Amino acid sequence: MTAQAPGRKRSSRSLAATDLGFRLGTGVFATALILIVVAIGYELARQSMLSIQKFGLNFWRTDVWDPVAGQFGALPFIWGTLYSSILALIISTPIALGIAVFISELCPDWLKQPLVFLTELLAAIPSIVYGLWGIFVLVPAVRAFETSLPAVLRQLPLFSGPPVGVGMLAAALILAVMVVPFSSSVAREVLKSVPGAQREGAYALGATRFEAIRAALFYARTGIVGAVMLGFGRALGETMAVTMVIGSTPKISVSLFAPQDTMAGVLASQFTEADTELYLSALVEIGLVLFVITLIVNSLSRLLIWSMARSERSSTTVVAAEPVEVTA
Amino acid sequence: MSRTSRRKLLSAVFVGFCALSVLTALVPLAFVLFFVVSEGIQSLNVDFFTKMPKPVGETGGGMANAIVGTLMVTGLGSLFAVPIGILSGVYMSEYAGTRFAAAARFAADTLNGVPSIVIGVFAYGIAVLPFKQFSALAGGLALGIMMIPIIARTTEELLLLVPGTMREGALALGATRARAVFSVVLPSALPGIITGVVLALARIAGETAPLLFTAFSNRFFTTKLNQPVATLTVMVYTYAISPYKDWHRQAWAGALVLIFIVLICSLLARFATRRLEGMQAR
Repeated sequence: MTAQAPGRKRSSRSLAATDLGFRLGTGVFATALILIVVAIGYELARQSMLSIQKFGLNFWRTDVWDPVAGQFGALPFIWGTLYSSILALIISTPIALGIAVFISELCPDWLKQPLVFLTELLAAIPSIVYGLWGIFVLVPAVRAFETSLPAVLRQLPLFSGPPVGVGMLAAALILAVMVVPFSSSVAREVLKSVPGAQREGAYALGATRFEAIRAALFYARTGIVGAVMLGFGRALGETMAVTMVIGSTPKISVSLFAPQDTMAGVLASQFTEADTELYLSALVEIGLVLFVITLIVNSLSRLLIWSMARSERSSTTVVAAEPVEVTA
Repeated sequence: MSRTSRRKLLSAVFVGFCALSVLTALVPLAFVLFFVVSEGIQSLNVDFFTKMPKPVGETGGGMANAIVGTLMVTGLGSLFAVPIGILSGVYMSEYAGTRFAAAARFAADTLNGVPSIVIGVFAYGIAVLPFKQFSALAGGLALGIMMIPIIARTTEELLLLVPGTMREGALALGATRARAVFSVVLPSALPGIITGVVLALARIAGETAPLLFTAFSNRFFTTKLNQPVATLTVMVYTYAISPYKDWHRQAWAGALVLIFIVLICSLLARFATRRLEGMQAR
């Protein structure tokens, strides 16, 4: 007995030591994950110092982007990014919500899996393939649409501009297609977390299908807004497809047909051409701001989705028993 | 019209709208797939996989170097991302309640939302600029950074699904925590984790933006890690925006190969998930 006691003590101490080793060993990798995000912010800030010092806030207030003359104003890119993303959201939000409602509330069970697969496929197609399709199929279609518009409409600022096909409308359409699967899959998850009692209650009161679903949507509004914002974050950073169809012209215009450019687009098309340090630095500063904006938008959308899921867990006894889906 | 029938009509219109939006989303999908397959299949031949790109003006040739390049950068990316992703996922699930795990989870989600072009700029800053050389390594780094959060989050979610009794059983038999995780918990979640890795691969194999100024491009064949390499996606991009008909043709063929890779990967992943779900039901 007495001989065993110290031995056991030692083994429990070494057990604690290996557990600590395990914690530290895996913790190092978790630290690496955090460090990468910090390093991205730090590196972008460091590389854009030159441009920040030279132009200050004027960088974001002026609209002349002329690398040859050494003039860098990023306003047109901010405008192009926001305009194209907002247009894409206007197009995609009703469709994405319609899909989410259809899959989670309306369609027969046997159709659910195939539809989920198809919408996920929409997200799996590489951006470059959308871009290729955009150049050779969508842009000519948009050009035909432009030339078919009556002259009266073409006078409006919204539709003015040369009928070239490339431009804001083509970019917004392609972005909308790419954003739909993201918003709709999150909206679907959010709808899934609405307790069945909500709908049953509505039906019991004599509601029609639409009224019951409207009640569910209203109940899930926080999460739905989160889903739409998540799509917005995707649209802001989308690069290849937009670059290929927007026309790469840094000009501010409300016209749907005007060739413009976005923040991600100018990085893709001009980064390897940057021949001076200032030019490169100015481009990195655009990347830095894109990083910060998407960080804010994504955090906010996650906060909304998360707060919805959380209030769900605390307010009802129905624990979400559905299996966690592995999604791309 | 009575109030009731108006409400019923509104409801029917709404249901119709939802069904219509599903169709609206499937139209572009069908269009994209149709064009990629029909245009791509005409230009896809053995040469595409075995020949090098021809100089401008000459027709024919293939993308053999780009196919090898894509394998190189995605392979390098996985080499770097799989260990970091899986082990940080293990940390996040094992110490799920801790503040540090929450921070790591937040970092993973943030990283997942960072636009790929920004990751390209970052990789350029740390792996191209200091060496004054575009390289396969820099491309692999950029792609690896994109893979990490996907793998980490999948690993975490799947480990949390493993029944607590399995871990407790191992611990009760006197296993250390590391032993319990690596011999019992991790293996039972392995098919799912492999799914996560395959899905991550599918996503980054189609990435172009982070490679534009890291791996850059190369008209010649190389397997050197410190040299610029061509990749399928960047090649499709350069060919698509070029003015040459023959290059457009090859761009479509490249797009078809890309779609094929993505499809195979997601079908594989799907198959693995099915099996995993079957195992858990048992």
